[in-house]
Amino acid sequence: MASITTAGAALVNNLSVARPTLLSIRNVAKNFGANLVLRNVSLEVSEGEFLTILGESGSGKTTLLRIIAGFETATSGELWMGTERLDQLPPYRRRVNTVFQSYALFPHLSVEQNVEYGLRVAKRPAAEIAQRVAEALDRVKMTGYARAKPSKISGGQQQRVALARALVNRPRLLLLDEPLSALDANLRRQMQVELKSLQRDVGISFVFVTHDQEEAMVMSDRIALLRSGELEQVATPREIYSRPATAYVAQFIGHTNLLKAEVRAGVANCGALSWTASLADGPAVFSLRPENIHVAGGAPAAGAARVRGRVIHQAFHGATEFMRVQCVDGRVLVVRTAGGLGLQDEAELEFFAADAIPVRESPERK
Amino acid sequence: MFSRAYKIAVAAPPLLWVTVFLLVPYALMFCYSFWSVTPAQNIVHSWNFENYKELLEKPVYWETLLRSMWIAARVMMFSLALGYPLAYFLSFHAGKHKDLLYQMVIIPLWVSYLVRAYAWKTILGSDGVLNTLLQYVHVTRHPLEFLLYSPFAVVLTLTHIYTPFTILPIYAALEHIPRNLVEASHDLGATPAQTFWRVIFPLSIPGVVAGATFAFVLSLGDFLAPLLLGGPSGIMISNIVVSLFGAAYNWPMGAAISLGMLLIVVSLLFLSERLEKRWSFS
Repeated sequence: MASITTAGAALVNNLSVARPTLLSIRNVAKNFGANLVLRNVSLEVSEGEFLTILGESGSGKTTLLRIIAGFETATSGELWMGTERLDQLPPYRRRVNTVFQSYALFPHLSVEQNVEYGLRVAKRPAAEIAQRVAEALDRVKMTGYARAKPSKISGGQQQRVALARALVNRPRLLLLDEPLSALDANLRRQMQVELKSLQRDVGISFVFVTHDQEEAMVMSDRIALLRSGELEQVATPREIYSRPATAYVAQFIGHTNLLKAEVRAGVANCGALSWTASLADGPAVFSLRPENIHVAGGAPAAGAARVRGRVIHQAFHGATEFMRVQCVDGRVLVVRTAGGLGLQDEAELEFFAADAIPVRESPERK
Repeated sequence: MFSRAYKIAVAAPPLLWVTVFLLVPYALMFCYSFWSVTPAQNIVHSWNFENYKELLEKPVYWETLLRSMWIAARVMMFSLALGYPLAYFLSFHAGKHKDLLYQMVIIPLWVSYLVRAYAWKTILGSDGVLNTLLQYVHVTRHPLEFLLYSPFAVVLTLTHIYTPFTILPIYAALEHIPRNLVEASHDLGATPAQTFWRVIFPLSIPGVVAGATFAFVLSLGDFLAPLLLGGPSGIMISNIVVSLFGAAYNWPMGAAISLGMLLIVVSLLFLSERLEKRWSFS
């Protein structure tokens, strides 16, 4: 029975059924003195959603998280949770909990005492505390360490305790500030999967901050990409990858070839390349993913653009192979093909016009 | 890594210093405390426990010792009561004025102890600043006598002098508390008051213990404040030791009392170190 409901929940999660909005961030801006950290950020988090705020260091992602938690005050803008104005409440009145980057476990309290902290300050009955703490510890598989001090357990275990300490309060929203960045690569991948399935089980909205685009892709329902304090795009991982809104997004998520073309009468021209594009005349930038460029053989397919080039670098990655190909006009294209191609000197490349995605140019900021 | 000669050259001066000015005097004091003095005021090198027996039997000694401890305990409590809030304010709420305020805590330590003790004498005396003021504004008609030459004056002066010594370790302990613990506590729903009692205060205990130890131990051994401001009712154990080594010329008795105090102080330091370790987490 339990497995059926879990599967059901997963289904609902996957079919992005319109879910009610939990948190609404409206025109939030923040500056520290003359330094503009966030400019006019608006974002909605749905019930039960796993939303990742992705950005480079200095993009303002941690500041945005701290504003939601209440550790920073926005210079302007509002936060709403239902009919409640969140940004006017002190952090201890918000039904939001945080998993800190360095976990921030209380060193003088045992694992168990850390987890029960929120329930104790809320003065819940002792029996309820004991039961919920036991459940939470069980959920993160830390029951055996209940009496240990945080300094005596490993980083991964501290991470689980921090998670249990937050979840035991049954928040409406859980904030996670790069919680996996301190873990080694293997543990990290394992925790990504665990975190995601945990989130589905408990059905609480997660706002997850990371600078790691791969992590964002693996875990999120939606990704909000932040750049220099402004949102570049908010979309599902599939959408943000296949339909990047800006040149910056295209480059930040995965690899891409950015083609600066000139559109004239429905045809985009870029050096030796030309393809059909239903855009108004003028300059345009296109993103062309390496895997959408194929090594051609035989007659050109209908609607495909072709170009010849010299292979200047080839790297075997197992399932796939990366090539850097210098085209006749001197432009270098990155190409990703299925592995086992063998070494090449020259290549005839081909791509479909539909795979060249027009993107907005990202203006320089700061 | 370093040559033997270098190690000896570096270690010798401090070792010599400690031996000549610490170990030898202590050893001498230890010996003296088991000797005795004749009515003709000659020191006799005959080993006995008479001095220690007298210390326990004569009320003037143990009563003064108890009173000294009571004074020291009060100084300790007042220093903590004044010092903790100040250190807390400095560490958590002083903002950009932190350094300036910290310096203001330090500066009094640069002023001679004697000057500060004398200052209280001018403030508390019958014709002092405080009494004159109280009479001027008609709060009192006659000078308040208990202000000066009383345990009150001693406690007040010692509290003034030793409060910075309690502020500094408490401030250091508070500064060591990672601020994200405070944020985590608020995040988990704890009000600022709950956060203080459940997180900040427990983590500052090592500083409190160190500060309390400073205030208590330094006050217990003080003899200038009681000498200048204590009067007959404010005499402390160190004044007795001073007179035993001076006018009374009973070095053995003085040595016995000193050793008794040393024992108390060393046990306190031992206890406070145990406590600090018990409450340290890193």
